[in-house]
Amino acid sequence: MRGDLGFRVGTGLFGLVLIAIVVAIGFELTRESMPTIQKFGLNFWRTQTWDPVAGDFGALPFIWGTIYSSILALLLAAPIALGIAIFTAELCPEPIQRPLIFLTELLASIPSIVYGLWGIFVLVPAVRALEEWAPPVLRQLPLFSGPRLGVGMLSAGLILAIMVIPFTSSVAREVLKSVPAAQREGAYALGATRFEAIRAALFYARTGIVGAVMLGFGRALGETMAVTMVIGNQPTVTASIFAPQYTMAAVIANEFTEAADPLHLSALVEIGLVLFAMTLIVNVLSRLLIWSMAPGAQGPGVDAAAPAKLAAT
Amino acid sequence: MNRTTRRKALSSAFVGFCALSVLIALVPLALVLSFVVSQGIRAINVDFFTQMPKPVGEPGGGMANAIVGTLMLAGLGSLMAVPIGVLSGIYASEYAGTRIASLIRFAADTLNGVPSIVIGVLVYGIAVLPFKQFSALAGGIALGIMMIPIIARTTEELLLLVPGTMREGALALGATRARAVFTVVLPAALPGIITGIVLALARISGETAPLLFTAFNNRFFTTSLRQPISSLTVQVYTYASSPYADWQRQAWAGALVLVTIVLLCSILARVATRRLESMHAR
Repeated sequence: MRGDLGFRVGTGLFGLVLIAIVVAIGFELTRESMPTIQKFGLNFWRTQTWDPVAGDFGALPFIWGTIYSSILALLLAAPIALGIAIFTAELCPEPIQRPLIFLTELLASIPSIVYGLWGIFVLVPAVRALEEWAPPVLRQLPLFSGPRLGVGMLSAGLILAIMVIPFTSSVAREVLKSVPAAQREGAYALGATRFEAIRAALFYARTGIVGAVMLGFGRALGETMAVTMVIGNQPTVTASIFAPQYTMAAVIANEFTEAADPLHLSALVEIGLVLFAMTLIVNVLSRLLIWSMAPGAQGPGVDAAAPAKLAAT
Repeated sequence: MNRTTRRKALSSAFVGFCALSVLIALVPLALVLSFVVSQGIRAINVDFFTQMPKPVGEPGGGMANAIVGTLMLAGLGSLMAVPIGVLSGIYASEYAGTRIASLIRFAADTLNGVPSIVIGVLVYGIAVLPFKQFSALAGGIALGIMMIPIIARTTEELLLLVPGTMREGALALGATRARAVFTVVLPAALPGIITGIVLALARISGETAPLLFTAFNNRFFTTSLRQPISSLTVQVYTYASSPYADWQRQAWAGALVLVTIVLLCSILARVATRRLESMHAR
């Protein structure tokens, strides 16, 4: 069976290339960000001054903006995505099920740059109108203070929410489908209403549902173009959802080509490294949670590749 | 009785909320598509496909160089990603259960979740910095890296769908593993694998972030692998953030072309996948 060994090694080598790429991301980004890691250490993530001319780099505003915008998107998207998952998996009439799934998943195939273009010309003016309409009493609160520009955290959160809904809803649907029918039948047999039966199924599937929501969170963390175009790109740490802010992905997109100074480049690469680490952790965690729902490799478990398939569409 | 009524009301409210969420999600979809189509149609014409960009102030012009650039970048990406993706997918399905196979699967899923801008940073370090030159080649590598996990995962899954009896039949006739895979299993799964490649193309043809500092942009027409090259997405980005109405119109036209390409590819792939799944699943 010498031919078999050759086949195995031959195809395996290409698989190793795939593995090597992932390792290379971690290795290369760490190597290239050594100058700032050595110069600033942890202070890089604790300070707020971002001054490439003076060579002073503090990345707190970016990590703040990334986490803030992703959590905002999550709060807006999660209830809607779960509602979609439940409606398409359990409630909707058979003939419209396929079309509805198709349409909601279509949201995932529109390119980020198109969302950004739409954001600039449609969403941002609408948000600006909303901000101008907000009563002064409301604007006293730290959450709603700041300039009424339209571009800012709220626009970013809204556009991110639209973009992550299809990811969360399609995985949550797979998770719900993997709940044994006996769970629901048992609830109905005890006289449960529809809501109560679905609540029982949701409780049974809770780890997978949390995984689905986290998967959307991971997507939101790394989203670049649409956010860059609507968040206003101001490196400030503020609680206001009306204020222009900045994200890690956005600062890389905006400043990378202009970073002539090696320290500036290194600072941007370090931001990329931490962004990579954050998305890696969130994705691995969410996948573990989703997989824990699968009874086995075979059988009606959760389609573990569902997120990959959707990401492709 | 009062309690029962309340429970029923709560249940109906819940069903109503779920139906409403679907509608809420469809609103932005309709808004985005209708704006892209209505604004894009107004701006698009033959010049858009055949002319070069005009300098600021001169009306007209098109994105011929960016369209060629996008095609070239997608082609380069495929050249790199198809062999790596398909062959690692074959390994992962043929030797499923081995440690390397699960490692490949894990790496593919991980790579799929890596933000595209981070892939741009990696490729900048390995393919731009050493040559001190933005290039079409670097852009192609960045897009290729994004395509690999999609192709690997679809290949693996579709190979696993091919009935084991076919592989066993080939092996029983004395074929080597390689021969069984390449002459029996792979041809059976081929339509699906092509579907996976189309899906990967649909995803990367709309990508901007990994191209910003790999392929960069170019005002001129080029097919050189070692020069910076323009792409539809980067061009739309440049025009969208410009203050000139004429450029903004062009951005909408570019967005319309992008959405058309991406939607056509993903709809095609989806229909094909459905057909394949119903063929094999039974």
